Amino acid sequence: MSPEPIGGVETSAILYLDGVTVSFDGFKALNALSLVIEPGEMRAIIGPNGAGKTTMMDVITGKTRPQHGQVQFAGKHDLTQLDEAMIANLGIGRKFQKPTVFENHTVEDNLYIALKEDRTVFSVLFAKRSPAQAKRLDELLEITRLGPHRDILAAKLSHGQKQWLEIGMLLAQDPQILLVDEPVAGMTDAETAETARLLREINKTRTVIVVEHDMTFVRDLGVKVTVLHEGSVLAEGSLDHVSADNRVIEVYLGR
Amino acid sequence: MTPAVRTALFGGASIWLLGLIAALAVIVPAMNLLMPPDSAFHLSAFAVTLIGKYLCYALLALSVDLIWGYCGILSLCHGAFFGLGGYAMGMYLMREIGDRGVYGNPDLPDFMVFLNWKELPWYWYGFDNFGFAMLMAVVAPGLLALVFGALAFRSRVTGVYFSIITQALTFALMLAFFRNDMGFGGNNGMTDFKDILGFSVQSDGTRCAIFVITAIMLAAGFLVCRAVVHSKLGKILISIRDAESRTRFVGYRVEHYKLFVWVLSACIAGVAGALYVPQVGIINPSEFEPANSIEAVIAVAVGGRGTLVGGIIGGVLVNAVKTFFTGTLPDFWLFALGAMFILVTLFLPKGVIGLFKKTGGIGVKLPGLGKLASGAAKEAKP
Repeated sequence: MSPEPIGGVETSAILYLDGVTVSFDGFKALNALSLVIEPGEMRAIIGPNGAGKTTMMDVITGKTRPQHGQVQFAGKHDLTQLDEAMIANLGIGRKFQKPTVFENHTVEDNLYIALKEDRTVFSVLFAKRSPAQAKRLDELLEITRLGPHRDILAAKLSHGQKQWLEIGMLLAQDPQILLVDEPVAGMTDAETAETARLLREINKTRTVIVVEHDMTFVRDLGVKVTVLHEGSVLAEGSLDHVSADNRVIEVYLGR
Repeated sequence: MTPAVRTALFGGASIWLLGLIAALAVIVPAMNLLMPPDSAFHLSAFAVTLIGKYLCYALLALSVDLIWGYCGILSLCHGAFFGLGGYAMGMYLMREIGDRGVYGNPDLPDFMVFLNWKELPWYWYGFDNFGFAMLMAVVAPGLLALVFGALAFRSRVTGVYFSIITQALTFALMLAFFRNDMGFGGNNGMTDFKDILGFSVQSDGTRCAIFVITAIMLAAGFLVCRAVVHSKLGKILISIRDAESRTRFVGYRVEHYKLFVWVLSACIAGVAGALYVPQVGIINPSEFEPANSIEAVIAVAVGGRGTLVGGIIGGVLVNAVKTFFTGTLPDFWLFALGAMFILVTLFLPKGVIGLFKKTGGIGVKLPGLGKLASGAAKEAKP
């Protein structure tokens, strides 16, 4: 996992995608997609179903290998050569569309498992919870407001609480970038507002990429927006800017 | 209920189990050695080895529960690891016969003399040494599991596909061991053992000693498995079982974890096999029959998957039922085995142990037993 110098452009970007193409049986899920995310940025990605949003996340996190194109992290890691676990340990965390927490573990154990720590088999076998870790777990429970539920099984949480637990697990991994897929799907208005607050809080120290359909939520975040369509970028800019774009209205907003 | 309380409950079951094993280790030999043969409390040598055999199967079922119950890997080849451990012990016992065989050859076991072999094959070297043979009883299955597991887990073979290739593995081994030129005694296997470390395998004292050692190894195996599942690594195993892909995204190299617990489990099965052979007095290729491995899996399902204690209970229970059926209605044993599996799946999804524990241990809310190979199939597509 040593940072080896790789070919390609010198860039200050934390995440750099250039000409990324992924096709499944001839269907181009991503078509020469290029995207540049600067350190500390928060970016919202919108687009109709099938625009390639989830495939883009799959490519960044090593689940899917692109046929063409470059994917660079922090200017020195070629993500197309690494597997999921390596990429996660480099500092790219991912939250799934459907909340996936470990249901047979308690809330606290979910966070404990995610805590950044040596993940080789034998060090995990003999791992002991340090006071620093216990303190960090308390903090995470505080941030996600799950403190009162720390000892219950994650399966028993409400939908919204599972979403927060998953965000808490991402934070526990201490990533540089968080990829968040539809965090407010199925949430109440109050929970949605609370999630926007949480993401803005997180963005103070980390880069965040949010994929979302909920326009109110995207407006709430008030960040730069990228519109995907048929596997490539259709428009980019402020929400007002892209909303005024005729092509965006035609393929997405107008529907 | 807090985790602390739950652990305590689980701990309670463990204490009961360890107490029971300890009691067996004392009472069974005492009833055999100290009671006069005409006493109602006398236990025959046959009964001692029979119970000892059950304990071996319990250890095998425990090893299956470790990987199936906690990591969701359904192995249909643990009978093969058991058999390899047994063969290692068998090879030692054959060498220990020395020149007391039918042909009186001091170096070659009878079956080799019969095949006109002139010298000992290289892979028999060292097996006259008990320590080496016992090391091999663990290393041979461990090594096979390591190579097989490394290839399978790296290629991300999971679920029923993995189960099917494990079954192919044990079947292939069975065919291989049936061949005379393999040098393991062909279809007759190895038998007519004389003594172990100089003590006659037929004597009551030796039988009782082997029984006590089996009980100790079962307890030790249980404690090792328990330490593993209660460690942080145990939590990761459950995470892999329930959501493998998610575990990768949290940054764990799933294949390394699977390989570790897979090899550990194979080694435990090997120990069980090595203890089994001197008690039954024979090892042959039928130990590699796929049905044996399936039996161990059903034992775990009957006892209660993902609880360890359940694996041990199931191992004893299923084999006690087997003794009954093969004695009275031999033709019906496989039907009975199938019926047990179906009944447990329908009415006792948490196994026998589920009757005693309302909210038990780590195994709560398991995916239904009907879904044999959990994990892969049900995992959410992100």
